[in-house]
Amino acid sequence: MGVRTWIEGWPVYRQLTGTDPLGRGAAAMSARSERLQPRTETADSMARSVCPYCAVGCGQRVYVKDGRISQIEGDPDSPISRGRLCPKGSASKNLVTSELRQTTVLYRRPYATDWEELDLDTAMDMIADRYLAARDATWEDVDDEGRPLNRTLGISSLGGATLDNEENYLIKKLFTASGALQIENQARI
Amino acid sequence: MAECHPVGYQWVMEAKRRGAKVFHIDPRFTRTSATVDTYVPIRAGSDIAFLGGIVNYILENELDFREYVVAYTNAATIVSDDFQDTEDLDGLFSGYDPETGTYDPTSWQYDGHLPHGQMNDTPVQRETAAALQHESHGPPIPPDAPRDETLQNPRCVYQLLKRHYSRYTPEVVERVCGIPREKFEEVARAWTENSGRERTTTLVYSVGWTQHSVGVQYIRTGAIIQLLLGNVGRPGGGVLALRGHASIQGSTDIPTLFNLLPGYLPMPHHANHPTFDDWVGSIAHPSQKGFWGNARAYAASLLKAYWGDAATPENDFCYGYMPRLTGDHGTYQQVLSMIDGKIKGYFLLGQNPAVGSAHGRAQRLGMANLDWLVVRDLFLIESATFWKNSPEVETGEIVPEECRTEVFFMPAASHVEKEGTFTQTQRLLQWREKAVEPPGDARSELWFFYHLGRRIREKLAGSTLRRDRALLDLAWDYPLHGPEQEPDAEAVLREINGYDVATGRPVSHFTELKDDGSTVGGCWIYSGVFADGVNQAARRKPHTEQSWVAPEWGWAWPANRRILYNRASADPEGRPWSERKAYISWDPDKGEWTGPDVPDFERTKAPSYRPPEGATGVAALAGNDPFIMQGDGKGWLYVPSGLVDGPMPTHYEPAESPVRNPLYGQQANPTRKVYRRPENPINPSPPEPHSDVFPYIFTVARLTEHHTAGGMSRMLRYLSELQPEMFVEVSPELAAERGLEHLGWAHVITARAAVEARVMVTDRMAPLRIEDRVIHQVWLPYHWGSEGYSTGESANDLFGITLDPNTLIQESKVGTCDVRPGRRPRGPAYLEYIVDYGRRAGLTPDHHPPIVTTDAVNAARGNAKRSTKKED
Amino acid sequence: MVSAESLFGPIDPAPDAGYVDAPPRMGFFTDTSVCIGCKACEVACKEWNLVPDHGLDLLGMSYDNTGALTANSWRHVAFIEQPRPLGAESPALAGTATGPSGSAHLAERASTPPGVPNTDPGLPPAPHPGPAAAMAASPEFLGMPGTDLPGRQERAGQRTDLRWLMMSDVCKHCTHAACLDVCPTGSLFRTEFGTVVVQEDICNGCGYCISACPYGVIDQRKGDGRAWKCTLCYDRLRDNRVPACAQACPTESIQYGPLDELRERAQRRVERLHADGVPEARLYGHDENDGVGGDGAFFLLLDEPEVYGLPPDPIVTTRDLPDMWRRAGLAALAMAGAAVAAFVGRRSA
Repeated sequence: MGVRTWIEGWPVYRQLTGTDPLGRGAAAMSARSERLQPRTETADSMARSVCPYCAVGCGQRVYVKDGRISQIEGDPDSPISRGRLCPKGSASKNLVTSELRQTTVLYRRPYATDWEELDLDTAMDMIADRYLAARDATWEDVDDEGRPLNRTLGISSLGGATLDNEENYLIKKLFTASGALQIENQARI
Repeated sequence: MAECHPVGYQWVMEAKRRGAKVFHIDPRFTRTSATVDTYVPIRAGSDIAFLGGIVNYILENELDFREYVVAYTNAATIVSDDFQDTEDLDGLFSGYDPETGTYDPTSWQYDGHLPHGQMNDTPVQRETAAALQHESHGPPIPPDAPRDETLQNPRCVYQLLKRHYSRYTPEVVERVCGIPREKFEEVARAWTENSGRERTTTLVYSVGWTQHSVGVQYIRTGAIIQLLLGNVGRPGGGVLALRGHASIQGSTDIPTLFNLLPGYLPMPHHANHPTFDDWVGSIAHPSQKGFWGNARAYAASLLKAYWGDAATPENDFCYGYMPRLTGDHGTYQQVLSMIDGKIKGYFLLGQNPAVGSAHGRAQRLGMANLDWLVVRDLFLIESATFWKNSPEVETGEIVPEECRTEVFFMPAASHVEKEGTFTQTQRLLQWREKAVEPPGDARSELWFFYHLGRRIREKLAGSTLRRDRALLDLAWDYPLHGPEQEPDAEAVLREINGYDVATGRPVSHFTELKDDGSTVGGCWIYSGVFADGVNQAARRKPHTEQSWVAPEWGWAWPANRRILYNRASADPEGRPWSERKAYISWDPDKGEWTGPDVPDFERTKAPSYRPPEGATGVAALAGNDPFIMQGDGKGWLYVPSGLVDGPMPTHYEPAESPVRNPLYGQQANPTRKVYRRPENPINPSPPEPHSDVFPYIFTVARLTEHHTAGGMSRMLRYLSELQPEMFVEVSPELAAERGLEHLGWAHVITARAAVEARVMVTDRMAPLRIEDRVIHQVWLPYHWGSEGYSTGESANDLFGITLDPNTLIQESKVGTCDVRPGRRPRGPAYLEYIVDYGRRAGLTPDHHPPIVTTDAVNAARGNAKRSTKKED
Repeated sequence: MVSAESLFGPIDPAPDAGYVDAPPRMGFFTDTSVCIGCKACEVACKEWNLVPDHGLDLLGMSYDNTGALTANSWRHVAFIEQPRPLGAESPALAGTATGPSGSAHLAERASTPPGVPNTDPGLPPAPHPGPAAAMAASPEFLGMPGTDLPGRQERAGQRTDLRWLMMSDVCKHCTHAACLDVCPTGSLFRTEFGTVVVQEDICNGCGYCISACPYGVIDQRKGDGRAWKCTLCYDRLRDNRVPACAQACPTESIQYGPLDELRERAQRRVERLHADGVPEARLYGHDENDGVGGDGAFFLLLDEPEVYGLPPDPIVTTRDLPDMWRRAGLAALAMAGAAVAAFVGRRSA
């Protein structure tokens, strides 16, 4: 930094030599203010999304910086929401980044008083085993009159309504093929 | 709407700014009430009396849109001579069987018809919530029925309706609902004056309406009004359901529901649907009109999507693999089965029944009696921690060291960490792009279920058991991406859309689906979402660059239609009813229907078209039959078939009510689904004694600042601080009566639970005059539980389990209660406290409220026998 | 006297603060007549500006649990429940019942004296006597904000009207901003958009601005020490983006734009509301001749400003500063003159 630049950066110099003799505006602008840019502008990417709360279906723009969500705000292009969001929609980044979010598998052994850690792959395998065991133990081939039942009433499921259509489709397909018909959803509630 | 759908409410505010008059009818004075023209307080659970009053006002004053009503509804259709109304039978319809608590609907049919298939097997209809199938199409009926277009025949629907609602006078509305006569007349006048050729009125409800023992009939009453006033299929009209969750519409379209398959096809029933032909034959009447006549193609294409190459016409597309219903397998039955130890494993997928479902105690006791539980969620919700942190742990009913349930908490990916479609409340599918990878072990449901299926199939490889064929033959190959092997959601959407098996070309419309195994179609109503091989749900053309209908934003089922039945926006000759309300109309020069939306009609079928004798299916639809998914092409004022609890909505008191039904001897819905079990006591209602132990009405609802069971709001700092505590709102009068202090503690008591909350004394809660007495209502938000930044007790613990007979949805918007100052007792003293209340209310373990409360039941039954005989 | 560098009167603040070719002055018009109290503004502001949460505290002030504008709440939605009509709308509670519930029989049971073991079937337990007695006796029982006494029987029976006012408050971005005038570090400055912003890299937490603000807006953050308030999303403005609160607002209650346009729009809105039978609609903070030279963020209110917790007649606290300096200068000169005179006098003496 040259001496001249250094002096020109000095607020009092700017105040005395510039258009802002009281030093309340242009002359008082800090280096940070000088460089200020909205982080939507500096994001690496932006995804077009939809709010996960109620069923209005407001458009969201999800900004990403360094692999992390940096901002979620309304999508002005949406004919439904025209860029607006309610407090819940506005808090979507809080939802995704809340420090209460549990991001590792937890396991509670029968009769245990606390959680323990479990590897995802092991957990998947344990669930698959239990699924098949429950199905075997409660399988019903036919009813009293010999009519087919092809089912188990030993397995239940209750899904929320923030599941995607594609997810619901695979859930229904897998459960139906397994004979597990006790699938339910928030839609019943 | 301002409370729970604030961004949708912008359109109401905009309409208001342009001169629309807005009414809000609600037991609570909410943020919506604060911004409308007229707030109408109502007693929770009395909506049919209010809406029935509007129907009566329309018919008494002949204010219906006659030309529309005659041409487009079943007002002119003649009903069987055997039909007897609630007017004749003190609140029952003909055909009631007190043994099963259901109706034989034979006498309700159009003249000369008999119920099709299993439509008269109403016990099974109720157990399987069969009425839900009619979300996309009407029940199966023959196309032809005698009509009297002068509407003078006393057996025509118009006259039956008039008689049925004749007692719903403004005085009755006042007595039943607590709505002052002037207020009622203000609504009735505005609604009727603002409907007709030049104007339309919209009815908006939120899905609290469904949570009643007469929920379906609430909505039916709204539909009757809108049909009488010509407000269906027209811009600015309709009955708009404000669904409460991002894809709750999608979750019924592609159901994860026990009784439905994608596109509202029924799950097969062991007795009624032994073969593929029986199954398909039962869901569409062979001669019925309209697009539901193609049900066989939709069914075959679905099975083809499930079992791929293994599904052939010769083996009925593997129909034999399908599991069969034997009755009620709904979520509440499941919970009771858990308590009984019949269920081994339970998956919770982004759902928190410990807080969100009725009767939280039953939910938690059920979960504590499983072999294993898988909870997939973003957060450690109450349903994941019930074994160590629940009211039952405090009372000693659940002891962690004695609770055997093995719990797997599997972290889930959030909405920005996966791609896929939500279907929002107006049937619009919108694709979400993935922004970032999910953190840690978090995965999408797509990943979880694909890989669970893969592992299960690998473990079963080589099995020769018959039962395993359905899994081994399953079409379960989806492209996988990335290090986590995430299944390709677009490939799944493509299968849902359907494609031609030989060429792989996606179909563009459900009419391209075939019944010969040459097409795959995972959900027929979604066919077209991948038209031209393009993900139509991902379209994002700015609204500023297209028409106000915005057809190029996302994709709406069916066939990208934004207003259903929009043929009705034109008169029978195909001309707009008025220039002001022009939408879809017939262009005689081009020979097609045109307008800003996709016509919900065959594009080139002229208004003058009349079907030839004996025509069926689509060909049987006349050029002036706008309701193309109905068996007769008409909008139904009267429902001859398909509903368990009657062809016309009737005011019944809620299962728990402090008052005797002022209209009929029959107190509550005589077909409601009840579970007579000791853990499910129901507060007494008149004519039973001791209802005054629970003298107040309570309802539960949501706040703008929170979401449903709180799993997506109590875990967020910015939302928790806006409504940091559970509270109960009471009127100043009730506060004085019960000694409640603003910001002090109170607890609300029912036969199931006592729930404590901070007191909010506010003028917004107004007591109502019902009959000759003043009745107080209180309300509680139901967002709280023991986890998160903001904690509190769960209001849904207060409810018992009583269900709507058509949908098996619980009555959780109204009940009776007592309110007491201070905090509730804790530990064992708490259990004694509840038992003591039950004892004073006369609720012994074997006590159950009577279903039938009128002597007319014998006459109704006699009628049932007669009609059965006639059928023989 | 109005001149450049004035601390009072109507001016265009950005050129006054030395910006050559400044863009038009930007601001907020908050139309409380369409506010639905959803608090999207509060959350959108916090998400964008990374404002810490203000903590969990049930205030009992209707649905307001934020309480005030603070360092950790740059938007604040006030809720006011009043027993009076809202414009031309139908009386909300006309014709509804008032008074105690049920029948005489029920009332009798409710008043069963404590200690009576009324546990027979059909009998409710005795009520707790404490709060009821306290309420009957105490004139200080306050319900929602307001001076009425919910629960007092004399008002029951007359209740027909009810309105629920909601208003999203924010920093007013005054034309003459006392906070800025008193800031000794140059942290508070006037932007080219005419808004007033605390520069977090400069602020040293001296707190002078806090007592200077005539609206009580600016506030020191605990544990941080610096002063914080609404920046009108200065960073977003520099990229032609709408401030986070205005973008989120579902009903356009919060409108953002050039202040001149907003003032015209607001005037039309008031006229429209008056024509529609809402005579109580009035503007607040729009007048360039008020005590702060007009606000960059002004409001349409449906009642007196005090009802919303706003000062009725705010005056820039530095209004008399030039005059005071002038007088102080004169006094100093006089003193100096006297001293000189004294010396001169002594010499000459």
